[in-house]
Amino acid sequence: MSSGVADTAKDLETHDGHDGEHDAHAGHPTEAQYVKIALFLAVVTGIEVGLYYTSFSEVATNVTLLVLAGVKFVVVAAYFMHLKFDHPIVRRLFITGFVLACFCYVAYLVTLGVFL
Amino acid sequence: MTVTEQAGPAAPEAAHGDGHGHVTNTGLSNEKLAMWTFLGSECLLFGALISAYFLYRGKSTSGPTPEEIYDIPFTSVSSFVLLMSSLTMVLALAAIQRGDHRRLRVWLMATALLGATFIAGQVYEFTSFIREGLTIKTNLFGSSFFVLTGFHGVHVTLGIVMLLSLWNLSLRGKLPREKSEVVEIAGLYWHFVDVVWIVIFTVIYLIPT
Repeated sequence: MSSGVADTAKDLETHDGHDGEHDAHAGHPTEAQYVKIALFLAVVTGIEVGLYYTSFSEVATNVTLLVLAGVKFVVVAAYFMHLKFDHPIVRRLFITGFVLACFCYVAYLVTLGVFL
Repeated sequence: MTVTEQAGPAAPEAAHGDGHGHVTNTGLSNEKLAMWTFLGSECLLFGALISAYFLYRGKSTSGPTPEEIYDIPFTSVSSFVLLMSSLTMVLALAAIQRGDHRRLRVWLMATALLGATFIAGQVYEFTSFIREGLTIKTNLFGSSFFVLTGFHGVHVTLGIVMLLSLWNLSLRGKLPREKSEVVEIAGLYWHFVDVVWIVIFTVIYLIPT
């Protein structure tokens, strides 16, 4: 916790709102790269749908589907939402909220015996 | 406290080149920080709705069941449409950041139309489910499914309203390059709606009961 606060303080010292914003824009992918990312997402979606119709082990299929959904989630958040290039505070805010939400609801579902 | 306040009244408020409002001591505009905080709270909302779906999964005492009524090819096409709307949204942002307002409007309208196509697909799906006997009151599956996907649909619809408002502002010349962060913030909301659907599509539709 204290290291997180220290990191944030360091960010505040080193990150200037004016220049930092322009640097962030400069680091964004080009339009061609955005199209390539979208094609990658489309291919992953195609693989997911293909997996739905396969007759492999149910557990292996479900785990693969969850991993692929996670990959798509991370790619959209990192590149389309610019989380990879944006201010570290934003990244920490969103990741912390997301992880806490996952932890909270998985604990809730385990308590109620959903995965048993 | 803003940097302007720290530096005193002589400091220029519009020091930021992109005109993203006043510069704050976090280096982020308050509007953008507020949107990210809002999206964090939305994680909790959709997390609760997805958890409720899991909780009631396979516990319906009467049909129809998911296996009987899901149309995976149709929903896959809808998912693809929403995924591609994230591409057009990010292209709209890139267009305004380089001052290309004509392309901004083209990509904003394309995003709104793709979103509307997704909603039309959802309306078709809902009506076909109702025709097959599944309503929000039929069983636990119906209740949790319609509430979850219905909430998502409302979010997409609000996003379409935002996009059309931005398109209208741009058409009237009220969305200059200096206000590109407005498009970025609307884009954050739109991409979030997309990532929520990525999760819903996998855990609700593709992973069998």
